Amino acid sequence: MPEKKNEYRAEAGGRTVHDVGGLDFGAVDFDEHDLALWERRVDAMIVQLATKKGVFKVDAMRRVIESYGEQQYDATTYYEKWARALRNLLVEQNVISREELDAKLVETRAKMRAAGREASSEDVPWNEWDEKK
Amino acid sequence: MTMEHGTPPRYAKGDKVRVDDRDAIGHCRTPWFLRGRTGTVVSIQGTFRDPERLAYHYPGLPALPLYKVRFNQRDLWPDYNGPEHDQLEADIYENWLRPATPAPHE
Repeated sequence: MPEKKNEYRAEAGGRTVHDVGGLDFGAVDFDEHDLALWERRVDAMIVQLATKKGVFKVDAMRRVIESYGEQQYDATTYYEKWARALRNLLVEQNVISREELDAKLVETRAKMRAAGREASSEDVPWNEWDEKK
Repeated sequence: MTMEHGTPPRYAKGDKVRVDDRDAIGHCRTPWFLRGRTGTVVSIQGTFRDPERLAYHYPGLPALPLYKVRFNQRDLWPDYNGPEHDQLEADIYENWLRPATPAPHE
């Protein structure tokens, strides 16, 4: 879990969560790193759905990502944000249902554990109201 | 460059423009730190569908002219201590620009 860093937002003045130009977030990390397979897959799915299939525009993806609360926005990585936006937009645009997705997650976790692989049981929250249930 | 059916550009290269200082509702491409600031149009980047509408699956038409606007860094940051000629360029959609009227202190 990345370190919580929303204390930097003390001087934000009411801007939205992603719009941090001019705020002091410390030095930029220029280290290069390899992408994990799931990150490449998320990238490929977004490109397919946004530019080839026209299920949504990248602007809609931005809108979903920008709607995260500060804590969620600052605690998630680049492709984690993409993956969550992808999931939410697929449901929003009726490509898949939430029930289908939930069922697939149960199935996939069971399959992974049966194969001796690690599978998180943590669900990525959908909305802030959802977490309070 | 995407040229789609849209409104003809209201501003031309060299025009002084002020970024509107209004609140953003939902998805917005205009950075917070540029709102209310005055700059100069450098070029017209093309005409693009309105991202604020596309974000909610609307067609975003009529398409909006998108401008490259140049700002002096010293006009943006009160404590800027770099060279006086330092500048910053940003892409701003026409619906976020107003004609610049000289402020009393200018």
